[in-house]
Amino acid sequence: MMCENCGKRPATVHYTQIINGVKTEMHLCEVCAKQKGTIEFDAPFSVTNFLAGILEPAFGPQMIKPSFEMQITCRGCGMTFEEFKRSGRFGCAMCYNSFSEKLYPIFRRIHGNTKHVGKIPTKMGENIAIKREIDKLKIELNIAIKNEEFERAAEIRDKIRELEKKLSRE
Amino acid sequence: MDDVVVTSRIRLARNLSDVPFTIKMNDYDAGLVIERVRDVISKNKQYKFDFYEIKKLPFLKRQVLIEKHLISPALVSAKIKSAVAIDQNENISIMINEEDHLRIQVLYRGQNIQRAWEDANRIDDFLEGHLPYAYDETWGYLTSCPTNVGTGLRASFMLHLPALTLLGYMKEIIETITKLGIAVRGFYGEGSEVVGNLYQISNQITLGQPEEDIIANVVSITNQIIEQERQARLKLLSENRSFIEDKVYRSYGILKYARNISSNEALKLISDVRMGISMGIIKEVTIDKIDVLLNLIQPAMIQDYFGREMTPEERDIKRAELIRKILD
Repeated sequence: MMCENCGKRPATVHYTQIINGVKTEMHLCEVCAKQKGTIEFDAPFSVTNFLAGILEPAFGPQMIKPSFEMQITCRGCGMTFEEFKRSGRFGCAMCYNSFSEKLYPIFRRIHGNTKHVGKIPTKMGENIAIKREIDKLKIELNIAIKNEEFERAAEIRDKIRELEKKLSRE
Repeated sequence: MDDVVVTSRIRLARNLSDVPFTIKMNDYDAGLVIERVRDVISKNKQYKFDFYEIKKLPFLKRQVLIEKHLISPALVSAKIKSAVAIDQNENISIMINEEDHLRIQVLYRGQNIQRAWEDANRIDDFLEGHLPYAYDETWGYLTSCPTNVGTGLRASFMLHLPALTLLGYMKEIIETITKLGIAVRGFYGEGSEVVGNLYQISNQITLGQPEEDIIANVVSITNQIIEQERQARLKLLSENRSFIEDKVYRSYGILKYARNISSNEALKLISDVRMGISMGIIKEVTIDKIDVLLNLIQPAMIQDYFGREMTPEERDIKRAELIRKILD
């Protein structure tokens, strides 16, 4: 077999990609493979391309998209929401804030979740840990009230107040 | 070593809050990020890291790092300046300007995911102390791709599953575990082909579960697959002993005596022999030795071993020579 790129030398680098059962093959000679920086071929079935599909609204793009939606732009890097949908990549940390409202359904579809409950960086950790604790206590408070355990509810309420005070002091 | 788990790996994706992500980055920003990270890493007392800028590395060296799974093909093909820091034991690598500013990766042989997580977590803590991480209270660690947001964690195992493959169970297993949020990939990760019955399995979900739960989930599914593979090996041995013995010894024979062998053929034969050792059929070679071979037979590793560039034809001859030497 000859190289698909130059057609002059024999193909010795065989590159196969299988994603979700779809197979793509490339046959190149060593020289052309080197020029291409080895594995840098188009991946029509890459995660990014599938993401772009997920990011489109279920009813098809034209039907429900008001024109102003196209113009949401990140204040940090200038990326538009359209651009994010096409590339499947955020341009900077601020994109998350700029596109905030639109991200909930996307994250729910990808992860089934919209809230991080894992590691907190120690540098910014204390406040976040307190807020998480307050959220947890609020749920406990509701349960206590529902079960008419008022003494316990009062205890939890005091704990929440204490933590909230600690937060506002910082 | 381990009859089914070849390697365990943890990867953390991290970004800096004050620089655009890699998709929006220019070479100047990329260079600055590399210098900042290099400076921080040099302050680490616990590990000794070697630092490489990818564009300054010769072609062969880059390929060797890919074949050792220390860097990804994406780091090499990055359009902007990229770099990697590798610890001297070659278990830890910190990729700079791959899809994210930072990719902390820890890789150990055998079933060692807990240790990998502890190392990755420690290095993450250290880097976080010196660099402004992009982190959000609600969404956790902010990553370039929405599939990594939250923990930025990927826990993965490279599994050797010859018996399940031979018995034709793999399609069903892959379908099932995919539904449980586990991804299955080939030898070189995303988009690569399964060769030598080596499968990489890892978590897909990164948001909404604590790190320990994500790891425990992958471990639990891996343990079940390991159990099934061992059962399948026993089944093969009890029901098709002569067929299996013949298959294993034929592969061993070719490896021992071949004078010209491609990496794909070698991988297939090594897979048979590896299975044969775990079944007690072949006793004169250890799994450890076979796993050394598994690495060494790759195209760039062969050239690195003999210390010079070779044509593919020459490589196939030298590969056969090297295999004979190691198996002797």
